[in-house]
Amino acid sequence: MVSRVSKSEGMALSAASETGAADACFHCGLPLPPDLDLRLAIDGAGRAMCCHGCLAVAQAIVAAGHENFYRVRTETAPTGRELVPDFIRESEIYDAAEIQKQYVHRLDADSRETSLILEGITCAACIWLIEQYIAGLAGVEQVRVNYATQRALVRWNDSRIRLSQILQSIRKIGYRALPYDANQQQELHRRQRGQQLRRLAVAGLFGMQVMMLSISLYAGAWSGMEQSFTHFFRWLSLGLTLPVMFYAAIPFFRSAWRDLTQRRVGMDVPVSVAILIAFASSCMATFSGDGEIYFDSIVMFVFFLSASRYFENMARQRCASSVEKLVQSLPLTATRVQENGDTEATVPAATLAIGDRVLIRPGETVPADGRLVAGFSALDESLLNGESNPLDKQPGDRLLGGSINVTNPLQMEVSAVGADTVMAEIQRSIERAQADKPPLARLADRVAARFISIVLFIVAAVAIFWWIADADRWFDIALAVLIVSCPCALSLATPTAISAMLGKMQARGLLVKRAAALEKLNQVTHVVFDKTGTLTLGKPVLRQVVSAAPHDSAECLGIAAAMEQHSAHPLARALVHAAGDFAGGDLSAVFSVAGGGLRARIDQVDYFIGSFEFISRNSSAEIPAQWLENIDAEALSAVILARADEVMALFTFADELRDDAVATIESLRAQGKSVILMSGDRAAAAQRVAMQTGIEDCRADLTPEKKMEAVQGLQAENAVVLMVGDGINDAPVLAVADVSIAMAGASSLAKVNADIVLIADHLGAIDQVFRMAARTRRVIRQNMTWALLYNFGAIPAAAIGLVAPWLAAIGMSLSSLLVVINAMRLTR
Amino acid sequence: MEIIYLLIPISLLLLGLIVWILLWAVRDGQYDDLEGPAHQILMDEDRIVEDRIVDEKRKQAKK
Repeated sequence: MVSRVSKSEGMALSAASETGAADACFHCGLPLPPDLDLRLAIDGAGRAMCCHGCLAVAQAIVAAGHENFYRVRTETAPTGRELVPDFIRESEIYDAAEIQKQYVHRLDADSRETSLILEGITCAACIWLIEQYIAGLAGVEQVRVNYATQRALVRWNDSRIRLSQILQSIRKIGYRALPYDANQQQELHRRQRGQQLRRLAVAGLFGMQVMMLSISLYAGAWSGMEQSFTHFFRWLSLGLTLPVMFYAAIPFFRSAWRDLTQRRVGMDVPVSVAILIAFASSCMATFSGDGEIYFDSIVMFVFFLSASRYFENMARQRCASSVEKLVQSLPLTATRVQENGDTEATVPAATLAIGDRVLIRPGETVPADGRLVAGFSALDESLLNGESNPLDKQPGDRLLGGSINVTNPLQMEVSAVGADTVMAEIQRSIERAQADKPPLARLADRVAARFISIVLFIVAAVAIFWWIADADRWFDIALAVLIVSCPCALSLATPTAISAMLGKMQARGLLVKRAAALEKLNQVTHVVFDKTGTLTLGKPVLRQVVSAAPHDSAECLGIAAAMEQHSAHPLARALVHAAGDFAGGDLSAVFSVAGGGLRARIDQVDYFIGSFEFISRNSSAEIPAQWLENIDAEALSAVILARADEVMALFTFADELRDDAVATIESLRAQGKSVILMSGDRAAAAQRVAMQTGIEDCRADLTPEKKMEAVQGLQAENAVVLMVGDGINDAPVLAVADVSIAMAGASSLAKVNADIVLIADHLGAIDQVFRMAARTRRVIRQNMTWALLYNFGAIPAAAIGLVAPWLAAIGMSLSSLLVVINAMRLTR
Repeated sequence: MEIIYLLIPISLLLLGLIVWILLWAVRDGQYDDLEGPAHQILMDEDRIVEDRIVDEKRKQAKK
């Protein structure tokens, strides 16, 4: 969540830092805190840093002699604020043999190789920095970073450097890296891409030769050409077409054959029939030395079709890989407490068994479902149920794998692992939901399938008619009809428009994973929003400070922030963030107290900060009654600052709306779409957001299953639903909705299940998506209209014998070209 | 014009060569990352400097 903020701010500020803004961190571009003066000499000038994390990162970069990074980068680097020592402990798990078995490739006795996913790469200079820095480590043999996929391939000598040291080194310069299992799916994608590219290259290169020869033949037909040359050229064309036929065009034949064996008529059936018939007749003409040849049409046809399929496939694979995220919903490692209760061991989370005792430190993710046995803490379960506030837990309470421990260390007894956890249950319901998803009826497929059947019927009819009427010409005419009616333009109409739009959307930070969603978007009648993290920022912001006389707000905020600096609780972070410049005083001995509070001693006075309950237990003073009223009306949660005998201040927090939430919802309503809010949060919190944004239909307290049912209920009433969400709890409903959009900061599960991911993290992008979908539809319609007009106009002409096959081939090519050019308008 | 009987086979040989190079390039992964190298080329001199430093270190290590 923090990285989401830093990313958007970083983008906004990168322009500022180029013009030399003095108030932004030189390394990461975040605003400088006013009270901190950290400087580092880079490029001959003292550069301001926003925090010790960034300073450490910049020092590591400069010390290794890579100052150049700051000169050539185009975006600011990821912030160092989140550098945590935890990572060192965690990364050591990757040295364990049982973990390495999964990720690491043994080349020989000492050489090891692994693939790393990198996070935090903002521009090409980052790649350079990582390559240079890692290659400079003793023991690293080779490192290659792929910018497009943000993966690195590292080979190292295991006797000289450990994998964990490599990971930590990357961490030290501000990036996150984790080994990943280069799974079969990806390997398959890579192979598929290579093969398609090879087929495309063969079709293109041989096609060019054939075209060149056929131009000579056409020219020769006009100006007269020696018989021997004509023959030579024809045979040559035949030879050059062979690789195109038997290598490049194979996928079409295969798919046509599959369609036929399943008694369907797909796009590839007439394509294959046309190619085969044209090839057979051209061969006959070549052998006999008499009649037309169509090798040029064949190669062009195959080349264009292969190209459009290649681009479509590329777009799909790219989306798929950019959605894979580093952060997994369940941690890889866990800290197991041994039987005797004293010793701890970091073990792979997968090896946990029921009954194991696990230690969970603040900030860590719960590795499995279990029962709390020792400790009090607040747990953030927002990923699982959408509840925006951390919930207090005490011994005996149930803990869910995937939730995050916020305040105090805990011990848990594992009660369910693997497939039995709640997380796994959610995953299963997603699978069910996907199976239930309404099938997308694609206009192009429907029209083309019908069209193809009609064409095949007409060809047969024409052939029979002419065979009876004029047996000499039947073959020429039937062939001309087939070529002229070839649904080349028709089949290109949709994919070219969609792939052009996909490219443009990708450049704007809108990842479309399912191209069909673009078409479906135009029919959307209902837009359903999740609350936390979608309409709101998903983290609390300080709303209000109420102080009791004689204290003033600034003083109280200063004290509170000084205390809360030591806590990882979201409310604490919000306080510290709001305080900014605070005078801490002499702070000693901060204790985290069970049940939601902190105790600290400042200038010999004890201060308490925490929930109402906590304060009334620790302070003798009464909490003013009007404060309580204040809270219920306004805020999402509140904490109180007190001394032992005096209540000092009340801080209230709310989850702030996104800047563009109101405008986006207004614009959606203006387009006549019904907007609904569905939240897993309590009714009061959901109502407040609904009021602010002007949403009338607000449904709160919904479990993931209830959300799914609600959406299916709408669909039963013929509504076409667009779901916008971000949490794991939204994943099932994202899967079941007709079209789904996930926010940039969404959990990986939500992203996997969404059709579109908004990498540009603002709601306004939804409006943009709708507009782009409408434009795409317009172009597709124009293309289809043209293709159908051309085909239906040309077929009668061909059927009565007015069109020679070579003329038909030219017409077909021009018609395809027009469609492609029209689609390209979308990229502007 | 009989020269085309020589020229065309030569062009076919060239075609074969081009196809072979292209297939090799695809297989070798030259098309896997189409963006990174375009940026990296701008930073090439530093790489040479880096390589030199590494080379010198190696020489020193040998001594």
